Amino acid sequence: MTGESGFFCGVDIGASASKLVLIDRSGDAAARVVRHSGVDYAETAELCFAEALETAGATREQVHGVVSTGYGRDNVSFADVRRTEIHCHGVGCYHQIPRAMAIIDIGGQDNKIIHLDARGRRQSFKMNRKCAAGTGAFIEEIALRLGLDVGALDALAQTTADAVKLSSFCTVFAKTEILAHLRQGRPVEGIIRGAFQSVIARVVEMDTLDGEVVLTGGVVAHNPTIRDILSERIGRDVTVPPFPQFTGALGAAVLALRDAAATETKDA
Amino acid sequence: MRKNARDDPAARLGLDAGAAFGVSWTFQLDAAKGDTVPEEKKSLIKKIRSTGAMKKLMADYFNELKEAQDTGSAKIAWCTSVGPAELLRSFGFQVYFPENHGALLGASRIAAELIPAANAIGYSPDICSYLTSDVGAYLRKKTPLTPAFGLDGAPKADLLVYNTNQCRDVQDWLAFYQREWKVPLAGIDSPRNLGEITKNQVESLASQHKALIPLLEEVSGRRFDIDRLREVMESSYRCTQLWKTVLKLAEHKPSPLTFFDGTIHMGPAVVLRGDPRAEAYYKLLISELEERIAEGHSAVEDESLRFYWEGMPVWGKLRDHAETFAGHKACVVASTYCNSWIFEPLGSKDPFEGMALAYSELFIVRSEEYKEEYLARMVESYGIDGFIYHDAKTCPNNSNNRYGLPERIQETLGVPHVVINGDLNDLRMYSEEQARTQFEALVEQLHERGELR
Ligand code: SF4
Repeated sequence: MTGESGFFCGVDIGASASKLVLIDRSGDAAARVVRHSGVDYAETAELCFAEALETAGATREQVHGVVSTGYGRDNVSFADVRRTEIHCHGVGCYHQIPRAMAIIDIGGQDNKIIHLDARGRRQSFKMNRKCAAGTGAFIEEIALRLGLDVGALDALAQTTADAVKLSSFCTVFAKTEILAHLRQGRPVEGIIRGAFQSVIARVVEMDTLDGEVVLTGGVVAHNPTIRDILSERIGRDVTVPPFPQFTGALGAAVLALRDAAATETKDA
Repeated sequence: MRKNARDDPAARLGLDAGAAFGVSWTFQLDAAKGDTVPEEKKSLIKKIRSTGAMKKLMADYFNELKEAQDTGSAKIAWCTSVGPAELLRSFGFQVYFPENHGALLGASRIAAELIPAANAIGYSPDICSYLTSDVGAYLRKKTPLTPAFGLDGAPKADLLVYNTNQCRDVQDWLAFYQREWKVPLAGIDSPRNLGEITKNQVESLASQHKALIPLLEEVSGRRFDIDRLREVMESSYRCTQLWKTVLKLAEHKPSPLTFFDGTIHMGPAVVLRGDPRAEAYYKLLISELEERIAEGHSAVEDESLRFYWEGMPVWGKLRDHAETFAGHKACVVASTYCNSWIFEPLGSKDPFEGMALAYSELFIVRSEEYKEEYLARMVESYGIDGFIYHDAKTCPNNSNNRYGLPERIQETLGVPHVVINGDLNDLRMYSEEQARTQFEALVEQLHERGELR
């Protein structure tokens, strides 16, 4: 018996960042926590959970369902159910944008494209290959090569519309290309914009993108310019839900809420 | 009763193992402890009783090769897996299949340490990893055939014979040994990407088979005997029909066997087709599988989803994949890979035309249109819910996702798919986590679509 109150938890343990969302019974977020995943996923999940409970002013007992997702989904000891991040991203997006859409999620270590129909059912999905191209890892490598903090890139990219084109797929080759551009005195801002364009190019060549395009994940959360670049590339507006980095965790929390509701209906 | 280790080469290794393609998963367990299902977790894979007989048969096969090598009792011919094995056998050659060894190196998970040796002498990491693992095994003098069968390496060939129907890599692979051993290399150059197979193509291929005869006579020291060829062809045909029956039993819902079982039990159909012992084995296997059906047993407990595997197996991950699917009550019921050893035309009247057609009619040799129609037939007859395409990094020839086929199938038949990036042997090209997430996401998608039976 869960009563009318209570919370539902979604934990998304990604390769780079761990995200946790607590929602209430109406599906509104009561807490959001993000931490570096680090090396101990189980501990990170616990820390996120404790912090979220504190933020929401809730106790563990008030949490009536936990769904984990992401690479570290098996490491969340307090999860009742595990779901893939592909599923959770779809559910998280549809919860906020209840229409047919193509979701592009760009994470720290991978990316995915998910197609949902008007009822939110997944039609197909693709994940990237085993490579940093088109992921946050590519951007981190570029920041390292340029000697900049990764958090500083977006502001710099916004100062120019002239991107310096990076044509290599391979991160190592792209870094060599950057060296050549620097030698030629090309502006750093343009190189950063070019790196962002490269990420988008790698993603959009994975699949066709019909209809509304929704962009999620940590990369757009930290680099809003990515949305503009995607929009330029596909020639139409791109939707970014609020808190795009938490989409998977939100989807997981929504699934926890649905599971609890289904159980209650069955028990009633 | 515990088996005498001397009778069972696998037992000498402390393994419950046969040989690839009759590879047992336990080769993998030994090679990579800790990388497989933890012991305390009960395996979901159901054992097939006949496996013991298959192991014995495969052991006999390797022992005969060893004897031929040690005593010169027979000449040894290497033959690519869908090459003219019947013709070679009719001359009394002991036929050895290098891809079988390639699969063994993959399944025993030592390929990754062997491939670099071949890379270092100029064989790119991007070409066939059967080739690079096998050449690496030769260079490093390391093969599971040593502990299992006392062979100090792959048996030395007196003759190397290929058919380029599957790829050009096989020719380059055997050419390596031609240079090493200074033995003759010959083969069949097949056209590829075939739609309908024309009379001209069959005639050309048949005459290429005939053109091999003088060389085979010279190396074997025997005259060509058409009656003997007919006999071998008939046995090979019967073997193929029995193998087909085995695979078709998986049309039953629930299926009595999985694709992963198939990759193991195809051993005799690959290396002993044309030998009546292979026929006897499949009769045994069929009766066991029919018994499973009659008793209501299935390969996967509570089978609720049925998948098709397109492309090469990931040899070093067979067991993990089998457990993963079984864990989701999903059975991979059919595959192009296992079907590739069904050679209907071997029953033809004219043995040369029969071989020509049998070895060019294969999926791998055919056009995209043919492949699309073929897969549609599989969906229909096996009741397929979803496709797993394996995009094998080093085998473009057997990675059928690269020209839009999965998308077309999904569009026309509404059957969803995932593409797993990996490789047959080079596990450095494979991401466990990505593959698992994709399998699971497809299962979730099918559940969501309410397609569960
Ligand atoms: S078909 Fe593929 S796996 Fe087989 S020999 Fe050719 S390249 Fe290697």
